[in-house]
Amino acid sequence: MSQFKELTLQGLWKNNPGLVQLLGLCPLLAVTATVTNALGLGAATLLVLLGSNIAVSLVRNHVASEIRIPVFVLIIASLVTAVQLLMNAYTYDLYLSLGIFIPLIVTNCAIIGRAEAFASKNPVLPSAIDAIMMGLGFMLVLLVLGAMREVLGQGTLFDGADLLLGDWAKALRVEVFHADNHFLLAMLPPGAFLGMGLLIALKNVIDNKLKQRQAVEKGSIARARVTGAAQ
Amino acid sequence: MSFKIASSPHQHNQRSTAHIMRLVALACLPGIAVQAVLFGYGVLIQLVLAIVTAWISEALVLKLRGKAVLPRLKDNSALLTAVLLAIAIPPYAPWWIIVIGTAFAIIMVKQLYGGLGNNLFNPAMAAYVLLLVSFPLQMTQWLPPLSLQSVDLTPLDAVCSIFTHYSCSGFSLSQLQASIDGITMATPLDTLRTDLGRGLTLDESLNRPVFFAFAGTGWLWVNLAYLAGGLLLIQQKVISWRIPLAVIGSLFVLSAIATLAAPDTIAGPLFHLFSGGTMLAAFFIATDPVSASTTNKGRLVYGALIGLLVFLIRNFGGYPDAYAFAVLLANMAVPLIDYYTRPRTYGHRPRSELK
Repeated sequence: MSQFKELTLQGLWKNNPGLVQLLGLCPLLAVTATVTNALGLGAATLLVLLGSNIAVSLVRNHVASEIRIPVFVLIIASLVTAVQLLMNAYTYDLYLSLGIFIPLIVTNCAIIGRAEAFASKNPVLPSAIDAIMMGLGFMLVLLVLGAMREVLGQGTLFDGADLLLGDWAKALRVEVFHADNHFLLAMLPPGAFLGMGLLIALKNVIDNKLKQRQAVEKGSIARARVTGAAQ
Repeated sequence: MSFKIASSPHQHNQRSTAHIMRLVALACLPGIAVQAVLFGYGVLIQLVLAIVTAWISEALVLKLRGKAVLPRLKDNSALLTAVLLAIAIPPYAPWWIIVIGTAFAIIMVKQLYGGLGNNLFNPAMAAYVLLLVSFPLQMTQWLPPLSLQSVDLTPLDAVCSIFTHYSCSGFSLSQLQASIDGITMATPLDTLRTDLGRGLTLDESLNRPVFFAFAGTGWLWVNLAYLAGGLLLIQQKVISWRIPLAVIGSLFVLSAIATLAAPDTIAGPLFHLFSGGTMLAAFFIATDPVSASTTNKGRLVYGALIGLLVFLIRNFGGYPDAYAFAVLLANMAVPLIDYYTRPRTYGHRPRSELK
């Protein structure tokens, strides 16, 4: 149980693929212009990650370590193809709006990274939990960034959610404020970089606050660092 | 008795940052005055908005960073950034344009990189690019000079149209842009660009009322005023002559060659030098001591690079004027330029002889 808790904490916060490992930045920055796109890509990545971690963990003792990377890539690529076909079949409009970034999940370093660093060394159940948590962590970052950019850029949330979730989701659309002039920068790639930087800064601030509070509770004397940054 | 240890250079004049920044801002005054007289009082309101926003954002960030607020505010660097941005944007742009721009310049471009002296990019120009990319419509609504306007604009009209998007007598900006005969007017650079795109030759385009002598009506005087202010700065040794000379020189040479090669489609050097933001950029923006190159040879390269980029973008690129983009791109090249133009250390041989 403690392992489960540790994996959750690692995936969602301490070792978050988006904010800490900075893996998969290409889709992270490219498709987060709206919450719907972010949710779609996050879900696709989560599915692929789950499948690849389970598969890699199952074959980990049968694959010679010299050829493990090509094997992992083959597994991931076939899973991505499956997800791509699924999205093409059931969420066609979203499939069009995500475009090239669905096949590009193959190259998402977060997935091969988890396969190499975790799934190839651990049994199936922990690997699956790790995949879910890492996937959720990645998806959360995508969602927060997508929400930031969508609100700033066009003043709405969940615009076009029906593309992903079906017609009932049209009710989800929230108009936060009405803007005649869209803040285009938030929708363009530079806005993604700025938003990402701000999110990482926010995480570091929270971490520092937590660390300080822990230090105070323990009553230990904080050692002053004179060289290098604390992070 | 204590010995003060300071880093080089040990011999310098006794001007403080605040003093230099104030001199640069003061040298903008002739240009601002001409702009206000010829193009209406919008620029003055933008200046006030920009300066207030800059001070508030600077104070806010310094407070958050736990630094002393007043000494930094007094160094006038935020003031200068605000002044440069306010001059650069269209004078009748809505108030939130300048507020967003100035706040971005100070908070994101300057303070997040570590404050004055640490920013990679020129804050005013980075903010200008942000605004141009985000709000292309508002950032291109330049009014023609007062002498060509069909409606008389009072100072009160400037206040009205900046804060409510309509002048007090109810004209919108696009109506104000129209000249007496109802044709929408743009800046000279923009007009020329559109005309050339429509297949007119240079001479045919230059007959329009927005052009005067060899440059644009009004813009010629604005540029001359900034040229005067800039020469004053060089005379006072506030800025080095190298960057302005290199910017103007490279733009002059390139456009001279190009206009000889294609006299019908590329305007001559004088037109380029006295249109748009050339003089303002060459003397006031490219010479920013923080983001520009710091070696003597490097300054020439840096200035020439800006001139080259402006020439290319104006004649072959997607925008009518290009100083913001040119300055930012040259800012990126500065570390490389500085690395390859390091001066010989005193007492050492030049690097070429060492091999």
